[in-house]
Amino acid sequence: MVVIGAGVVGAACARSLTLAGLTVVVVERGAAASGTTASGEGNLLVSDKGPGDELRLAQYCAALWPGIAEATASELGPGFPSIEYDPKGGLVVATTDAGAVPLLEFAAAQRGAGVDARPIEVGQALQLEPELNPGITAAVHYPQDAQVQPVAAAEAFLAVARRRGAKVRTGTTVTGALRGSDGALVGVRTDRGDVHCGTVVLAAGPWSAAVAAVLGVLLPVRPRRGVVLVTTRMPHRIFHKVYDADYVGAVESSDADLQTSSVVESTAAGTVLIGSSRQQIGFDDRLRVEVIEELAAKAIRLFPFLAGASIMRTYGGFRPYMADHLPVIGADHRLPGLFHATGHEGAGIGLSVGTAELITAMITGAPSPIDASAFSTDRAGLRGLLGDGLLGDAMPVNS
Amino acid sequence: MSSRLIAASDDPIRPKDSAVISISVDGETVTGLAGQTIAGVLLASGRPSWRRTSGDGSPRGVFCGIGVCFDCIVTVNGDRDVRACQRRAADGDQIRSQHDALPNAGVPR
Repeated sequence: MVVIGAGVVGAACARSLTLAGLTVVVVERGAAASGTTASGEGNLLVSDKGPGDELRLAQYCAALWPGIAEATASELGPGFPSIEYDPKGGLVVATTDAGAVPLLEFAAAQRGAGVDARPIEVGQALQLEPELNPGITAAVHYPQDAQVQPVAAAEAFLAVARRRGAKVRTGTTVTGALRGSDGALVGVRTDRGDVHCGTVVLAAGPWSAAVAAVLGVLLPVRPRRGVVLVTTRMPHRIFHKVYDADYVGAVESSDADLQTSSVVESTAAGTVLIGSSRQQIGFDDRLRVEVIEELAAKAIRLFPFLAGASIMRTYGGFRPYMADHLPVIGADHRLPGLFHATGHEGAGIGLSVGTAELITAMITGAPSPIDASAFSTDRAGLRGLLGDGLLGDAMPVNS
Repeated sequence: MSSRLIAASDDPIRPKDSAVISISVDGETVTGLAGQTIAGVLLASGRPSWRRTSGDGSPRGVFCGIGVCFDCIVTVNGDRDVRACQRRAADGDQIRSQHDALPNAGVPR
């Protein structure tokens, strides 16, 4: 089968599918892990998700990650870079009086859904993070939050897949669909030749809309810009993923205008990563000073010592955004042979491994590890957004 | 910056005679020429690296050499995180190499 996209989601799918014994060709327009995967912070979060289908998927993924990190490391050996899985935990704080009660209510609802969400006193928060602004008004500790190095994770998953016979064709652009006489997808055309297969998994992140159109279907996934600031190296003074509770509001919003919310953490290298921004501006990747200004100012509100830090660089990327804030995972009901694995917005690193397990179960016919109906293309949330069937008049091609 | 050391007499840009300066590197006296960066003095003294990463202790020295990567940082006269490739060495500078261990169980997390 063909997996389109060698980001972390495509790589995780390639890994799971080859582990299930299937033959996989990964087709990637650019380099492996060069798109959204290389543009984030490697968050594996349960803390930012309210009760519901996405949280259930995140909890399933949180349970998968430790075992996958261990199995991947032992399979690839010490010569392969670590994926840097680190269950460092998250600390979510409110910085205003008005924000305190909603944070604690949100955490209570999450506890009802099985999340380990522990409200703590300001003093306890300052024990966890001694440099935190003591003026915070509420804090919740999330021991289940973790992180990975996403590029290393994607490369490791691809390496595992290759060891089981997968071919990874980078620098290869999908240019069309190959269809059987019954109309089903039986392969893809690329600028480097046709690839015949039984099934196509489209995991091209925010570019999935363009690839889906080439394959003949409308998929309403859109880019949502995000920018991260990177400080110069310093001794480690931040120990968790620390973010402002208004981040949850930014994640759940559908506003196209600029939204920023402070997310701060340090890396093993000693740099501090400062996010996060959300903006729907297409694939416009120009540097915007006003975004950087807001991110920096809000980070200092969480950690006053950052006022003296130097920003070494900034980077940005595009999240795959769905209007109903749920990923698309599963068979496309309009085009037999096509499966989608995209639309995770800012949660795709964490959700990649569970997405891959769901896709693999669907393709092999194994029982689904969790109910995936909420992620299907024919869900209510996408009604009216998928057009009326197939685009254009795709020519049947005999395989 | 050449990848190999060129004697001043063989240098095609014919540098004028420079004053010799002396700096201290982790307590050891190292001489260089006025005008050299700290990285230049360190490299010329046969030191290819002077820092280790927090993660796995890999050696680091000059990577980009133009102030972008921050890999070559050292402590200069008590100021930490100075880019050795960007700071001109001054006679009497006290240079200390930097190693920051990862936070361990003794640190609140």
